[in-house]
Amino acid sequence: MIGALATLIRRELMLAFGLGGGTRGSAGFVMPIIFFLAVATIYPFAVGPDAQLLGRTGGGVIWVAALLASILPIDRLVQADVDQGMIDQYVVRGLSEELIVLAKTIGHWLSFGPPLMLAAVISAGLLGQSAEQLMIIEIGLACATPALAALGVMIASLTAGLRHGAALGGLLLLPLAVPLLIFGAGSLTPGSQNGLLLLAAASLLLTVICPIAAGAAIRAGRE
Amino acid sequence: MAHDAAQTKGFDAGAALECTGLACVRGGRMLFRGVSFALDAGEALHVTGPNGMGKSSLIRVLAGLLPAYAGEVTATGRMALADERVALDAGQPLARALMHWTRLDGSADADIAGALNAVDLPHLADVPVRFLSTGQRKRALLARISLSRAPIWLLDEPANGLDTASIERLGAIMANHRANGGIVLAASHQPLPLNGAQTLPLAEFVPAAVPEEPA
Repeated sequence: MIGALATLIRRELMLAFGLGGGTRGSAGFVMPIIFFLAVATIYPFAVGPDAQLLGRTGGGVIWVAALLASILPIDRLVQADVDQGMIDQYVVRGLSEELIVLAKTIGHWLSFGPPLMLAAVISAGLLGQSAEQLMIIEIGLACATPALAALGVMIASLTAGLRHGAALGGLLLLPLAVPLLIFGAGSLTPGSQNGLLLLAAASLLLTVICPIAAGAAIRAGRE
Repeated sequence: MAHDAAQTKGFDAGAALECTGLACVRGGRMLFRGVSFALDAGEALHVTGPNGMGKSSLIRVLAGLLPAYAGEVTATGRMALADERVALDAGQPLARALMHWTRLDGSADADIAGALNAVDLPHLADVPVRFLSTGQRKRALLARISLSRAPIWLLDEPANGLDTASIERLGAIMANHRANGGIVLAASHQPLPLNGAQTLPLAEFVPAAVPEEPA
């Protein structure tokens, strides 16, 4: 079981990072990161270079950008595997749908969370965040990105097989991710520790529930 | 023509595939009912019938991908499924895409080159799957099946898109699999190179043509 999980994760990573001579997913993990950085880059153009204003609002912008960036990979997470018959092949081999989506969640997080946390360092610089604020942002993203990855895989599983599923995916993800945004951005308020704790709790809950829901969605979607 | 990977597998337990009184309903319509057969090691079954008769559904029910409306499937041994989808990563070179499945099947030592030889694709091992033609994909799929080391093969239209030489190769690979104690269940509207196979004309099992009680 663990061996199968490792094999599945290995494939997810190869696709996301475009390794092993693959070409399909070569830009897979890059696009959300570029998008995330682009938001941080254009925000100062919109509100002006006032360092105080940027310092006060920049953390929130980083959180909004992280949420929006997590929408981008949704359409490549599950749909292609259903179309290609990969999922059916796993099921014929006796792997449960939950295990399949768990592997997808872990693989997706590895190609999304750490790169996003690296990019957040650049974003924080562009948005005039102090070192302290950056630290809280990084801890917050470390807590929240597993939940964002799990949500992404769940929504991708739900919308696999639907036309215009990708557009729908964004609409479905945002309301579910709002707790992460509130507690994540809220933890940046000076002198509040509870934001991060609540963020971690919300993230844990989503990370546990989502693979179960995603597995059920894939099972139900198979005709 | 008999490839090396198959010769080394030799399935330990006697494989068997049996179903009794199988019925399938899709979209509110009963496709077939009362389908029963039993296959032992080395045997083969050719499911025949025109398009839309439920051949693919039967295979998916046997594979456990669709719930049976009635009846039971008993399989001894693992199954390998080949439907119209190749299930190989389009962006990966063929050999590497096959390696994903051999890893998953715990046969990392499998002879991928030998399996590609058997389907006459050794020259495409390093070519990404997306550049393969329809017939080449079908042969790559066959290589995936023979690498799976599963005793029970469920093949949906295995000869579709294959040229005459490839159909002969398909026959040789299936014969070799059966000689090793494997089971082949193939659904096709066209003749298949399956010597001594039982035939299951699915048209006889559509509800209008069978009595009330399944046989």
